[in-house]
Amino acid sequence: MKHTLAVLVENHPGVLSRVSGLFSRRGYNIESLVVSETEDSSVSRMTIVVSGDKAIIEQVTKQLNKLIDVIKVTDLTNEEAVNRQLLLVRVAADNTTRGEIVQLMDIFRARVVDIGRRSMVIEATGDEKKIQAIIKSLQPFGIQELAKTGTLAMLRGSKEK
Amino acid sequence: MLGSELLLKCLEKQGVEIVFGIPGGVVIPLYDVLKKSKIKHILTRHEQGAVHAADGYARSSGKVGVCFSTSGPGATNLMTGLATAYMDSSPVVAITGQVVKSFLGKDSFQEVDTTGISMQITKHNFLVKDANDLPDIVAEAFFIATEGRPGPVLIDIPKDVFTQVVDKVREPKIRSHVIEKLRKPNIDEIVFHKALEVLKNARKPIILAGGGVNRHPGNQELLNQFSIKNEIPVAVTLMGKGVVPAHNPFYLGMVGMHGTTSANWAIQNCDCLLAIGVRFDDRVTSKVEAFAPKAKIIHVDIDAAEINKNVTSFISILGDSYDFLKLLSQKYQSTKSNKEWINQIKLNSGEFDDSFSQIGLNPQEVLETVNELLDEDTIAVTDVGQHQMWAALYVHPYKPRCFITSGGLGTMGFGLPAAIGAQMANPAKKVILITGDGSLQMNLQELALLRKWNLPIKIILINNGVLGMVRQWQELFYQENYSEIDLAASPDWEVLAQAYGINGTTLSTPGEDLITLRNILDSKFPWLVNVKVDKGAKVFPMVPAGSSLDEIWGRWGNEAHVSSLG
Ligand SMILES: Cc1ncc(C[n+]2csc(CCOP(=O)(O)OP(=O)(O)O)c2C)c(N)n1
Repeated sequence: MKHTLAVLVENHPGVLSRVSGLFSRRGYNIESLVVSETEDSSVSRMTIVVSGDKAIIEQVTKQLNKLIDVIKVTDLTNEEAVNRQLLLVRVAADNTTRGEIVQLMDIFRARVVDIGRRSMVIEATGDEKKIQAIIKSLQPFGIQELAKTGTLAMLRGSKEK
Repeated sequence: MLGSELLLKCLEKQGVEIVFGIPGGVVIPLYDVLKKSKIKHILTRHEQGAVHAADGYARSSGKVGVCFSTSGPGATNLMTGLATAYMDSSPVVAITGQVVKSFLGKDSFQEVDTTGISMQITKHNFLVKDANDLPDIVAEAFFIATEGRPGPVLIDIPKDVFTQVVDKVREPKIRSHVIEKLRKPNIDEIVFHKALEVLKNARKPIILAGGGVNRHPGNQELLNQFSIKNEIPVAVTLMGKGVVPAHNPFYLGMVGMHGTTSANWAIQNCDCLLAIGVRFDDRVTSKVEAFAPKAKIIHVDIDAAEINKNVTSFISILGDSYDFLKLLSQKYQSTKSNKEWINQIKLNSGEFDDSFSQIGLNPQEVLETVNELLDEDTIAVTDVGQHQMWAALYVHPYKPRCFITSGGLGTMGFGLPAAIGAQMANPAKKVILITGDGSLQMNLQELALLRKWNLPIKIILINNGVLGMVRQWQELFYQENYSEIDLAASPDWEVLAQAYGINGTTLSTPGEDLITLRNILDSKFPWLVNVKVDKGAKVFPMVPAGSSLDEIWGRWGNEAHVSSLG
């Protein structure tokens, strides 16, 4: 099962390699890792999606906690959290398909950010399910290039800590 | 004040009296001001020697061991020692020089990414960019090395940080979340009482104590009395040797691959295993799925990540071993006698026969003699191989911190420099090194220090002419296909001892030679005792790797051959 961990770390060089080194050394599977700034410039936030059973997640969390530069680890999996990925995708589009794609993207509330003669670039945010659905819906038109971030996550207001 | 001077001030403030090291290009500015400090520097002959010596110093004293090296090859030479200290949770602080900041990342002369290389084998490391940060970093390094589960910390310092002028020295400050992270956890009372119930209801309890118990000098008395008062047998891991004195009637000895039959049998048949300060290494558990199959395991450790890492516990207690043992001694009320269980252990332990017909001296007998000659405070240090396991089985120092060995990493070459560190930390105590002809040749160069510093270390070289432990595996598990284990053309050990200005002798015949050994161990001078033993001598009992602890090989009763018990 996939778990989303929010890891607050000291914002200095080397922290990313400490964390990624831990995962590779102990053989944990990272699905995605996003490093982001926070409201405090001395602290970064790593949002790590990791797959594994309960025992593995327990170990991952404890091992992360042992790293001196890690300030706090929160498992957001079973909490009510907002999860978001950002997708940029260039899809083949000409006069005959452009309208259909735009309509389709409207349904997902995705945005067209660039239009060329034979393609267009679409931007979307959403949780993993939604992003996958968008990608799937665009596949028949021909995806030429795709870039997608990992997940960022934050607790909802009622669960504030 | 210069950065280099500030560094030494910070080290003095931490109580550092001795450092082990070797100078070189980027640390010359540090060595330039060394004389102004009260800190004594011990020049080893190899950086690996320096870090193992710092480790031996730390293990035998409980204080932080410190070593210095230059950048590049000096730093890489430390790595084996850092990994050794890391695996056995030893508080070492290594200070490495680094190239000038502006040269970083340019593949400059003697530049390596020291913090990158050491990241996975240190508890934490630092790269200092500004000499003004030194007070904070040194204070934090020592704090991290010693608090919670101890471990090595590395501080990498560019040359121009040593030469940087510092005007105003800051008061050292440790980050609050670091203090929080390493704070000793309070033992959860509810969980503790649950554990107490399990232990009370157990009919076949046993305690397994590891390196975590060896850390605190007060633990021995607590554990020893608890075990005797409540008739609970105690087994130890290799790292736990010394946590109860061997004359405790309920002491079972070491568990694991070369554990005693009684300890292993008791583990496999107990109904409650109270494991304190152990990490369930595979050399301890052997086939982990078959480990202590009937036991409710109560696991006490200060490191949360050890709980349920290798073995799933029934109850886990996060906390310090001393706090736990104190609480246990206060709260535990024994309700019944364990006589029957203890008898069972005795009956099922097999009649292990270690009287092997070996050519010349029996290593077992030699080490038994060494054991008889230990005094209350003797420190035994070992290298890695058969001699290490024989030492574990036959040599039983009286106190904690007195059996010093590379358990987790199994580093050949650890012994001599670690013995030097131990003797430096304990000038009044007797230090005995038990080593092999393979291991000793891995850091032989440090022999020079015995004469230089008048260290009366007694080196017992169990000389079988081969890489014995490898040979044993090749004999038993690789159809006697002996591959690259012959150490022919090793030096003449007596001549070598002489060359290094210490005493040397060879023992090869039983009887009289053991008397010589007695005299040597009483001497005030360093000795290299070359004990010639049969290369065919093997360490038994032995649980083959991958088998359950029930399958113990050895010679039993009057049988002529080695067979499996159980
Ligand atoms: C640095 C290192 N290299 C290799 C090994 C593998 N190894 C384990 S025991 C052993 C033989 C040790 O020989 P010796 O020191 O003579 O001791 P003996 O087993 O003969 O008592 C070897 C090569 C090791 N543990 N450490």
